[in-house]
Amino acid sequence: MARVYLEGVTKKFANVTAVNDVTLEIPDRQFTVLVGPSGCGKTTALRLIAGLEEATSGSIYIGERRVNDVAPKDRDIAMVFQNYALYPHMSVYDNMAFGLRLRRYPRAEIDRRVKEAAALLGIGGLLDRKPKQLSGGQRQRVALGRAIVREPQVFLMDEPLSNLDAKLRVQTRAEIKKLQARLQTTTVYVTHDQVEAMTMGDRIVVMRDGVVQQVDSPLNLYEKPANLFVAGFIGSPAMNFIEARLARRNGGVVLDAGSFAMEVPADLVPHVQEWVGRQVIFGIRPEDIQDRAYARDANHAWALRAMVEVHEPLGSDVILYLSSGDHSIVARVDAHSQARMGQEAEVVFNLRKMHLFDPQTHAAIV
Amino acid sequence: MAGRAPVLRVGHWLLVGVVLVWSLAPYLWTLATSFKTERELYQFPVTYWPHAPTIVNYVAVFTQNPFGRFLLNSALVTVISTVACLFIAALAAYAFARLRFRGREALLVGLLIVAMIPLITVIVPLYILVRNLGLLNSYAGLVAPYVTYALPVAIFILTAFFREIPQELEEAALIDGCTRLNTLWRIIAPLAAPGLITAGIIVFVYTWNEFLVALTLTSTNEVRTITVGIALYRGEFTFPWGVISAAVTLATIPIMVLILLGQRLVIRGLTAGAVKG
Ligand SMILES: Nc1ncnc2c1ncn2[C@@H]1O[C@H](COP(=O)(O)OP(=O)(O)OP(=O)(O)O)[C@@H](O)[C@H]1O
Ligand SMILES: [Mg+2]
Repeated sequence: MARVYLEGVTKKFANVTAVNDVTLEIPDRQFTVLVGPSGCGKTTALRLIAGLEEATSGSIYIGERRVNDVAPKDRDIAMVFQNYALYPHMSVYDNMAFGLRLRRYPRAEIDRRVKEAAALLGIGGLLDRKPKQLSGGQRQRVALGRAIVREPQVFLMDEPLSNLDAKLRVQTRAEIKKLQARLQTTTVYVTHDQVEAMTMGDRIVVMRDGVVQQVDSPLNLYEKPANLFVAGFIGSPAMNFIEARLARRNGGVVLDAGSFAMEVPADLVPHVQEWVGRQVIFGIRPEDIQDRAYARDANHAWALRAMVEVHEPLGSDVILYLSSGDHSIVARVDAHSQARMGQEAEVVFNLRKMHLFDPQTHAAIV
Repeated sequence: MAGRAPVLRVGHWLLVGVVLVWSLAPYLWTLATSFKTERELYQFPVTYWPHAPTIVNYVAVFTQNPFGRFLLNSALVTVISTVACLFIAALAAYAFARLRFRGREALLVGLLIVAMIPLITVIVPLYILVRNLGLLNSYAGLVAPYVTYALPVAIFILTAFFREIPQELEEAALIDGCTRLNTLWRIIAPLAAPGLITAGIIVFVYTWNEFLVALTLTSTNEVRTITVGIALYRGEFTFPWGVISAAVTLATIPIMVLILLGQRLVIRGLTAGAVKG
């Protein structure tokens, strides 16, 4: 096992900077997820660690060793590719044994490891098949098996679930997580799916345009996004962003969004002092907006009447698309909400969970 | 086929028949001729099937000239040329398919141009070059030009096949413990087997049939190849059709065997993954 450490790593292709001055520690034994929108440089970062791309500048460490000039085969890593990259001309057994044979492991040891991994993954019966004779889910397991038998320092996985159907994806997601917990191998997992990132990662690295935006636990990422981008990227439906202004009124501070104004909770006021009288971006998650009728202990000073534009019942709850003035607001309210399309509804914000962002730098204020 | 109208089906087989007759007739005619006696050959009206089949022509093939030696020479030169050509072409094609280097496309186009130069335009310089190297009338003196001349086509074919192989397979192998060169032999070559066979057949047939270079660069029966050897059966004033037909028939057999074998391998290679996509 080993930690992975990137120090000021930059990767430039002809005219794009895919990874831009990334410094990042991936702790030993942990499950770290790299997440971000398409093209943000996740795959490139992973390939840099694997040694499939050469860093333009910066250092990459695996364990204590600087590996910039170490060939992929000598980095003691295993990678699971998005399309699995199983060798089509080899049986499942040979696919898994290939790396061990190249490393001249004794035949008995190879056999033991392959059979063990196959049993662990439930593919013991498929060892004689060729990859073409397997379903997508089975291929995915073989690809995992090929990584496991090597017992490497680090697993690198690039969207390994993206070719599976939705149901299998959820199931395999849990299995990979269990597997990692059991093997305790440092894992770097790349995905563009924030749900996958939240459910699987011990730690999540959010990237955008080659730059790391935030590195944190799933809960912290959700509750304390460092900036507007992370706040909007994590969570579904996405956080509401409303342009507003902070103003002093009656000894307190109010958030004035034009069509409505609400008092900022007293305990937050000290943190926003310097923003009073200035424009901010107010953020609130849909799940922090309730139907007033079903939010008994809510602070009614934070209530708002708004027009229901769309009403989406999900069974467990209802998503309301509201409009107030020129603001569009999404709320996730109680399943029993009486709100109806085309009518007004009364909702109440939980401003204790409010976020404020700097409109220029997009950095979080609270 | 099953669901098609009978007219179409008949038409299909009619066309197949025409093509078969068209391409096989000369060969069958040679085959028939090789079993005819001298008298029957010049008989009129023409007989299509030998009346009194004889193997005297085949005996003559081996007694008049060292035909076995010609066969052996051809086999050696052809096999060595084909193997060497495929080996070098595989390395070159790998570079063209995978490595990024300056002037790659220009080099590929250059190869294509070289492949289009007719051999006859360079035969004199080639002769002088081979003579200066002291390789006249030797296997090496034949193999070197053959490999050189067949290389561009082989590189072209292999580059196309190599490019089809997903990059990730190779990257997986690099991580699994292969060196670059290792991935070529262990991953790329097995997967590009149909391409290797295709290129191999083309080089083999070209080398086996080659006449001009073989005629120019050899002078004794010890190194003469079969194409040049067959030309020796012509007398100054006679043209022994039967004997030459027998020699040609024998010379064709290795090619036929090779193509039949190769064809099965190619088809197997192409359909190996067809069970499930
Ligand atoms: N070999 C390459 N040559 C040139 N540009 C490249 C190369 N590989 C990646 N890029 C560019 O680098 C940027 C980052 O690509 P990367 O594949 O790392 O994105 P990603 O975050 O994995 O995206 P996705 O979620 O779509 O897989 C993109 O703009 C991409 O076009
Ligand atoms: Mg990617």
